[in-house]
Amino acid sequence: MTEFSVHDIKRLLREAAGETDGIDLDGDIGDQTFDALGYDSVALLETSGLIRREYGVDLGDDALFEAGTPVALAEIVNKELTAANPA
Amino acid sequence: MVTGVGVTAPNGLGAADYWTATCGGVSGIAETTRFDAAGYPTRLSGEVPGFAAADYLPSRLLPQTDHMTRLALVAADWALADAQVRPAEQPEFSMGVITASSSGGFEFGQRELQKLWSKGGQYVSAYQSFAWFYAVNTGQISIRNGLRGPGGVVVSEQAGGLDAVAEARRQIRKGSALIISGGIDGSICPWGIVAQLAGGRLSTSTRPDRAYLPFDPAAAGHVPGEGGALLVLEELQAARERGARSYGEIAGYGATFDPRPGSGRPPGLERAIRLALADAGAGPDEVGVVFADAAAVPELDRTEAAAIGAVFGPGGVPVTAPKTMTGRLYSGGAPLDLAAALLTIRDGLIPPTANVEPAPEYDLDLVLAPRPKQVDTALVLARGSGGFNSAMVIRSPDQERRKG
Repeated sequence: MTEFSVHDIKRLLREAAGETDGIDLDGDIGDQTFDALGYDSVALLETSGLIRREYGVDLGDDALFEAGTPVALAEIVNKELTAANPA
Repeated sequence: MVTGVGVTAPNGLGAADYWTATCGGVSGIAETTRFDAAGYPTRLSGEVPGFAAADYLPSRLLPQTDHMTRLALVAADWALADAQVRPAEQPEFSMGVITASSSGGFEFGQRELQKLWSKGGQYVSAYQSFAWFYAVNTGQISIRNGLRGPGGVVVSEQAGGLDAVAEARRQIRKGSALIISGGIDGSICPWGIVAQLAGGRLSTSTRPDRAYLPFDPAAAGHVPGEGGALLVLEELQAARERGARSYGEIAGYGATFDPRPGSGRPPGLERAIRLALADAGAGPDEVGVVFADAAAVPELDRTEAAAIGAVFGPGGVPVTAPKTMTGRLYSGGAPLDLAAALLTIRDGLIPPTANVEPAPEYDLDLVLAPRPKQVDTALVLARGSGGFNSAMVIRSPDQERRKG
């Protein structure tokens, strides 16, 4: 199956919570914290809801906070997707 | 004193457009376009024209805001720009936000409730947690502009617009340097309209020029609208020291509550007017114009005309209701009237009441065409459904200086 990437996270963040003025999500932001990217707890909650609806992955309410960055979050989602669909 | 004005109104986006339309008798009341109102008894409304939120606000704010909150954020931006204030350069705890609200973000709330019923809880936006809320405009304006001093919301339906500005004045007297106050409201969506229909005061006319006729023998309710105004209020001395331009001063305020129906005691509006005049230290003869609440419900029109007549004498003061061109804007209505009163003082021109043929029994000098007149002191009236009466006296910058 297709791997869940930072690119997907950017798309979901945009859809769930929009983009902060002065921050370019198209840039190399994978290792920046969600906080630094302008996303607060409600934005992450909404993003987590989108992941659940689109990918069927329920990360729980705290996963995005614990992941902290887009790269770390992509890893977690991939792990869940692999566990749910073993090759 | 008031140093900045931001307006989003059904007959004009921005204070300049609103004022030009209002003095020209141009109405913003038309068939509702934001949803298909064909199946509803009330099919007209006053929608703010040409507002594309993405032109003014970062995309970060769009998923989390109701339409009326977007209008409020933009009106606050315009009010601050008009006052030439950059909040980032001021101490953040010296500035605050106190707005009025009547219902919160109904359009947003309806959309999320529909998702809840049709798809399930996991489809409801996390932003529903605050986007519907009465205090949401205050919170969003505060966050966007870094105004971390006093924050509050007043909920007293249409009277709330004046009650919020009175609370802002109180906070400035207690030491705040600047408060953004007023109200932007609106819930032109099926849920909002149905809720208002239950109140029994909506007009069911389908003719925009016959649907909202306060003080007219044909008065039969009002048209709902959206928008309002936000004002920048600043402490007098500090504002003068920074060379701010003043639109005028919030000189007096009075608020009363009606007695319970059937009590035999008189309605509270006249007392609210007298309290506001006393608070301003102004006699009735000093008031150059009254902006009426203009309910367009015969019994309420009679009460208001009687209160104005008791204080000013029959036909004793020019009375106007430019809200005949916007519909009633709930908590946004009175702040928009405050803006109109300040612009009347600035330009020496009283805006008209549109479409109305006054019932002679009310004995009002209703302004039916733009009337040139130098006005130093204006009175704005607002009543909220449920018995709220509020009155506010506005004084010109010249008077303000003379009285110190």
